[in-house]
Amino acid sequence: MGASVRRKEDKRFLVGKGQYTDDITLPNQSYAAFVRSHHAHARIVSIGKAAALAAPGVLAVLTGEDVAADQLGPLPCGWLVKSKDGSNMVEPPHPALAQGKVRHVGDPVAMVIAGTKAQAKEAAALVEVEYDPLPAVAQIADAIAPGAPLVHDEAKGNVCYDWHLGDAAATDAQFAKAAKVVSIEITNNRLVPNAMEPRSANGYYDSVNDQYTLYTTSQNPHVIRLLMGAFTLHVPDHKLRVIAPDVGGGFGSKIYHYAEELLTVWASRRVGRPVKWTADRNEAFMSDAHGRDHVTAAELALAANGKFLGLRVHTLANMGGYLSTFAPAIPTYLYGTLLSGPYVIPAIYCEVKAIFTHTVPIDAYRGAGRPEAAYVLERLVDKAARELGIDRVEIRRQNFIRPDQFPYQTPVALQYDTGDYHSTLELALKAIDYAGFEKRRAEAKARGKLRGIGVSTYIEACGIAPSAVVGSLGARAGLYEVGTVRVHPTGGVTVFTGTHSHGQGHETTFAQLVVEKLGVPLDQVEVVHGDTGRIPFGMGTYGSRSAAVGGTAIVKAIDKVIDKGKKIAAHLLEANVADVEFKDGKFQVVGTDRAKAFGEIAFAAYVPHNYPIETVEPGLEETAFYDPKNFTFPGGSHIVEVEVDPDTGVVQVVDVAIADDVGTIINPMIVDGQAHGGLAQGIGQALYEECLYDKDGQLLTASYMNYCMPRAADLPMFKVGNHATPCTHNPIGVKGVGEVGAIGVPPAVINAVLDALAPLGVTHIDMPATPEKVWRAIQTARH
Amino acid sequence: MKNFAFHRPKSVADAVALLRANDGAKALAGGQSLLPVMKLDMAQPSDLVSLAGIAELRDIRIDGDRVILGALATHDDVNRSADIARVLPALAQLAGGIGDAQVRNRGTIGGSLAHADPAADYPAAAVALGATIATDRRRISADDFFTGLFSTALERDELVTAVHFPAAAKCSYAKFAHRASKYAVVGVMVAKTAAGVRVAVTGAGPKVFRVPGMEAALAARFSPAALDGIAVSPADLNGDSEASAEFRAHLIGVMAKRAVASA
Repeated sequence: MGASVRRKEDKRFLVGKGQYTDDITLPNQSYAAFVRSHHAHARIVSIGKAAALAAPGVLAVLTGEDVAADQLGPLPCGWLVKSKDGSNMVEPPHPALAQGKVRHVGDPVAMVIAGTKAQAKEAAALVEVEYDPLPAVAQIADAIAPGAPLVHDEAKGNVCYDWHLGDAAATDAQFAKAAKVVSIEITNNRLVPNAMEPRSANGYYDSVNDQYTLYTTSQNPHVIRLLMGAFTLHVPDHKLRVIAPDVGGGFGSKIYHYAEELLTVWASRRVGRPVKWTADRNEAFMSDAHGRDHVTAAELALAANGKFLGLRVHTLANMGGYLSTFAPAIPTYLYGTLLSGPYVIPAIYCEVKAIFTHTVPIDAYRGAGRPEAAYVLERLVDKAARELGIDRVEIRRQNFIRPDQFPYQTPVALQYDTGDYHSTLELALKAIDYAGFEKRRAEAKARGKLRGIGVSTYIEACGIAPSAVVGSLGARAGLYEVGTVRVHPTGGVTVFTGTHSHGQGHETTFAQLVVEKLGVPLDQVEVVHGDTGRIPFGMGTYGSRSAAVGGTAIVKAIDKVIDKGKKIAAHLLEANVADVEFKDGKFQVVGTDRAKAFGEIAFAAYVPHNYPIETVEPGLEETAFYDPKNFTFPGGSHIVEVEVDPDTGVVQVVDVAIADDVGTIINPMIVDGQAHGGLAQGIGQALYEECLYDKDGQLLTASYMNYCMPRAADLPMFKVGNHATPCTHNPIGVKGVGEVGAIGVPPAVINAVLDALAPLGVTHIDMPATPEKVWRAIQTARH
Repeated sequence: MKNFAFHRPKSVADAVALLRANDGAKALAGGQSLLPVMKLDMAQPSDLVSLAGIAELRDIRIDGDRVILGALATHDDVNRSADIARVLPALAQLAGGIGDAQVRNRGTIGGSLAHADPAADYPAAAVALGATIATDRRRISADDFFTGLFSTALERDELVTAVHFPAAAKCSYAKFAHRASKYAVVGVMVAKTAAGVRVAVTGAGPKVFRVPGMEAALAARFSPAALDGIAVSPADLNGDSEASAEFRAHLIGVMAKRAVASA
């Protein structure tokens, strides 16, 4: 614990020996290719299969009619959000293959299965789909306009739900006594997750044993099994095994139950061979769930001295053409509940309308709702500081929840257990030399560059989640985690976790937990994840939950192992159990030198010749299910310096210093790495990335030729600092780190850009701050 | 990608014969443009005639005050050539800014010119320097070579064999790269040669073009300030999600000044 142990899993990745879904080729393998809609909205008039069926190697051509005939269930939504009036959200069916209509570019219409991937792709081009194109809406503003084409007839005005949170009357009262009200209208740009490994699925039906197996690029194989078993494929859990082997990045986009997972397994049953599909990059752009896409108007009420009094937020959130698995929860329970940030705000009222459009479904992407909340608040706080003439650091200090106010109940449902926002802010200010900034600004000006500095102080809620709480909020699943610790006869340990590692390094950090608790060497510990056939159960990895929830389940299982070990040791040492303690890898009778090594107890458990067999079972393996008591609340300060070239509008990030409170740290190197990755994606959102549709719903950014990912050369070296206030309600003290970079940094970047442009009179810019946007803002301000 | 026949001739004559014999044949040099569009099925040649076996096409020579690049000289070859760095450093600099390292290791000048991508960098160098493009059958001046969007004066079975660049008293290339693709949103090559001053712009229009107003001003006084007040109309320029025509017009002015300043 606390050591930067090198990652155990890296060797196989670095030498190219990782085993990803597409690497798995089964005997008699066949391959699938999908025919996808190139219309945003159209009626399917007819689908001609004959030419494709006649093509070499083709085994089957399947369409929505076949899906309906075999009674496959629609792709389910895992969260029910209710509108203000108590009515349920509109939840239109999402068929695995389009039935009657297509609702976004990329909507799958037909599936072609053939002996080789090339044959499947060639034949897919021969499927003749006749469409009757219909008017489409891609932008939120167009979708809510009167008379807009409807994505689903049952969703009037394209509204999925009209939700609210907080006390409207109390907020009105605070606004009534405000000395100043600051308002802002902003967008949060739509992003494509772009995991390095594209999605892939390989389904296999074994008719002899009536067993189904799915290899898939998933962050949560048990959830996929649950959804397939109960909702889409309709087979009992014990007949279906879902394996998510090495997965090359997820960022949320591999949480959901996608059509291709269901379809490859189903098609295998139809053709009698395993069926594999792997997305190419263009397909990923039009079929992986996208992220963000909000339009928000917000107002902050302040006293004359800069104290926050109240906050009103009105957000329109794009859902895309169908509801993805967790989509409705993202702009509500992972967004509205975060709007207090690290601040004391006496009253908050938030309204969110979710809107259907003819675009790829939107769901969680690194941060999921929390970056959107931090962005609203941090833009607003900076604007308030400017308009009131208060220093932007001072206004934050003045409104922070103080350390002595924890546990702190916000007006938007959450209760923060710990935090120390003043300390993280001071650390970050020092790391970036905030005091010396004006000198750097002057030096840049001499070079013709406009330099700006931007601050963001954020909070997030992760470690999701207490099942009873999320259940009361509409979640259709529990969010506990599961860990099994198997001690082998010779003292080695295998840990089975229900979380999934797709870049996070769990094979190392979870092993470090075992080393810390049991005192065995690191190389004696293996961590197994991603296989419903080997692991009892689990809810997977997302929302920075793995260490806080999955790690705690493992710790609780280890505690059970130790308890059992004490009973065995007491027998062998002829002592009372109460007198046996486990310390430094030994079971010892307190106050004596009589002890048994951990390995001796393990051996005795499996070779129980001299054993308390009347009261203790042989073997040494324990499982714990852990349901957290609360969310965890990482927070911190991110400070960014940029230089703007006023002639071209190019923004260069020249310095980044962050200080996060992620709770107790298991492996500092991995924590830094998580911060680095999140920062890159957060800076990507602020400056580079934007998924664009035209008015007719055509996807304009469907490749890396025009969707701009941040590159290493775009980023400075990051200064990453930490200040831990351990979480109070899990035994490790961890809070979570996976998303902090993506949450904290986007507003810091934009605040820095606006700081750089402030001398020219620019007061607003939307993400991403592209060269043309910056140039236009400068032109507008000058004229 | 559709199936195709693959040929690897040893001489230019054999390559031309293969192109002539097969209507659907395409010449393959570095493949950095052709292979991606084949993967997307946007090009479906029946035959690929690889030029990789024709060794003499890779030569880089200095002939007096001229740089002669074989058609298969890669961008990296040009970027790293000590001879070019001495005689025409702006060309080496331009080549070092094309695509990324992988593209520069495979992509060739002949392929780039023959493909005539409106956002490629080399066309700006060819036109600004008044280069001559040698083929298997004739010589074409750069002014006549580029005829439109992805179109050149080349016959279907005609191969670029070499490109002749004159040395320049002053020359520099300033590029505003597309953030995602790294192609030129606007690339401006400014060159002062024995033939006069030329300003060639790539990325901004359907093909590389010259800016006579800037050329005249720079001929009078070769200084960034000479370009003050000379605007390029956005009317015929490209506009897309990366940069509108107005922004491109603005960038031509900025990049031209930067090129002059560093020439």
